[in-house]
Amino acid sequence: MSIAEDLQPVQLAVELENLDKSFGLAEIIRNVNLNIETGERHAIIGPNGAGKSTLFNLITGKYAATRGLVRLNGTDISGLKPYEINRMGLSRSFQITNIFPKMTVFENIRCGLLWKMNYRYSFWHLVDRQRDLTERTEEILEQINLSARRDNLAGTLAYAEQRALEIGITIAGGADIIMLDEPCAGMSTSETEYIVGLIRQVTEGKTLVIVEHDMGVIFNLADRISVLVYGEIIATDTPPNIRANASVQEAYLGSSLEEDG
Amino acid sequence: MTGIEANKNTGTKRSDDLAPHKWESRRLINWSSAWPWVSAMVLLLALPVVFPSGSAITIMNQMAITIIFALAYNMLLGQGGMLSFGHAVYMGLGGFFCMHVLNWVEYDGLWLPLPLLPVLGGLFGLAFAFIIGSFSTRRAGTVFAMISLGVGELIAACSIIIVVFFGGEEGVSGDRSMGPEVFGFDFAQQREVYYLIVAWLLISTLAMYLFSRTPIGRITNAVRDNEERAEFLGYSQRHVRWISFCASGFFCGVAGALFAVNLEILTEENLNTTQSGIILLVTFLGGVGFFVGPIIGAIVFTLLQTVLSLYTEIWQLYLGILFVLTVMFFPSGLTGLIAVHIAPWKAGKLGLLAVPYAKLIIPLLAFVLSGAAILEILFHAREASVGDEAMTLYGITFNSHSLLPMIVAVVVAAGSVVIMKRIMPSLKEAWDAASPVSNAP
Repeated sequence: MSIAEDLQPVQLAVELENLDKSFGLAEIIRNVNLNIETGERHAIIGPNGAGKSTLFNLITGKYAATRGLVRLNGTDISGLKPYEINRMGLSRSFQITNIFPKMTVFENIRCGLLWKMNYRYSFWHLVDRQRDLTERTEEILEQINLSARRDNLAGTLAYAEQRALEIGITIAGGADIIMLDEPCAGMSTSETEYIVGLIRQVTEGKTLVIVEHDMGVIFNLADRISVLVYGEIIATDTPPNIRANASVQEAYLGSSLEEDG
Repeated sequence: MTGIEANKNTGTKRSDDLAPHKWESRRLINWSSAWPWVSAMVLLLALPVVFPSGSAITIMNQMAITIIFALAYNMLLGQGGMLSFGHAVYMGLGGFFCMHVLNWVEYDGLWLPLPLLPVLGGLFGLAFAFIIGSFSTRRAGTVFAMISLGVGELIAACSIIIVVFFGGEEGVSGDRSMGPEVFGFDFAQQREVYYLIVAWLLISTLAMYLFSRTPIGRITNAVRDNEERAEFLGYSQRHVRWISFCASGFFCGVAGALFAVNLEILTEENLNTTQSGIILLVTFLGGVGFFVGPIIGAIVFTLLQTVLSLYTEIWQLYLGILFVLTVMFFPSGLTGLIAVHIAPWKAGKLGLLAVPYAKLIIPLLAFVLSGAAILEILFHAREASVGDEAMTLYGITFNSHSLLPMIVAVVVAAGSVVIMKRIMPSLKEAWDAASPVSNAP
């Protein structure tokens, strides 16, 4: 550890401490320790069934850990509900597109804004008359390039557009920790390029935690990469070092890395 | 200011999209959204002039109360995706409470102008919804439905046991005209009550509509569509459901209060599960997916109920058949049936449907009448007193035990089915021609 780091302790957005998660007898996450720094783009990779999504669900409060701690900006969030964790500034997307299909694109984004813009459970405001709400929604639509689809039902959008919309909903509330679960799954090369550009743009200055299978995306986007194999993190490092890491190559990357490199 | 902005940006697509929106949100009252309310108000004020008879006013009062109840019910079912099997409880409790309040006014000198009674009924309904909702809204779906059924049965059972509040089998009755006069009205007349109910109908409907446009109203829809996503946007699905449950309870209580005012008696029948089933039927018949759905459902249901029951003893069977057919063939209800015609109408192609519809109407009518004839003949043959074999149907008197009328009815019914099947393809063709080509890429 360098002297500079000692003097200026890094801010940690997410800390995982001895995290375990079992479903019955199956141990899915085993003793995971991970620190994600504020402002970094952190990728979690690993073969199918390694527990990436489970890890995601532990951090976001969908599952409770069997053992261990999750800290968000230094605060222990064990036992908190997803909505409470969201209010602390963490927002996530899902592996399977998770939007409000029967609402318009505009309304989808607006739903993402209501809580953070302090409308909460209000029954004394009319949503259509709140200029700040409408304007902010329009801004986000512009940002994710869906202004033209404003009044379409979300369920009728093309797949890539739905994924973009989900990213829009995820960032709408202004959370400073964004977690994306396979945002590029099932996309063509050009769609992937588009989504990666979008992610880069909308997470500027924020902490990003991303799970992704597409190695091109990962090595392009991430500042650091953690490799999860059978529920254990076998390495956390910068992309070049991960490429060079022998145990990572052995356990997981092997051929796909050579193709990339 | 906005004008300058708009001028500056003319030419860019964005400002063109935005400008009218901004203008609209600035205006206090927007005519395009106000005209349905204004015309409804005019219609409601004019109705007793057009139909001045006592029975007509009674029917209209009943209709207005059912509308409020069905709209409140749809706050849960349509807006929140919560299927309640025991919602008559909240209306009934509000009604019973108001009956007691009326008695306090009469005997204990409580000062309360009658027009304010629905507020009390509403608050009572809300209080109960708050208590019951605290545990029943934890989960949506089947769990919620089962708890609502259990609570509904529980309170219906209590209504026989707890005589102090529910009055036992004979219920609780009172007199609405004992309170202070309001602008010279003492509400002894049915017509005065009509205007009182209509005022509350307009207030409640507007309030429930506006509720659906508030942040909590929109998030109720969001939780209905995708509760997990809503949780990750900072909303507790449970709190959202609980709040809309309470709001629904309030308006059910209002409906109960108006019921108490209208009939001056409440009995166990007003809150049992049969009543809960009826409101589900009414709402579904009208269409749960539309705000106006329950209104249309309540109007059609009340009309059918009152008109059919004049002519036949088995009117409930017909309502049941109508409900089953609606669920099977028009799951979006009567409003959905109307709504599908909007697109062809806007495209100016509604005329294409006129001919096949006109062709269909005669066999359809023949089928409905002959089908009803089969049921009526069966009913008369089995249920009429021994020796009474003559029945009159559609102006024809015949022997319900002879075979000929039954054969005629069956032949007509079967024949009309065959004819309708023949017409169906041309109707489908007309529909394909009338549906505007979707221009979405």
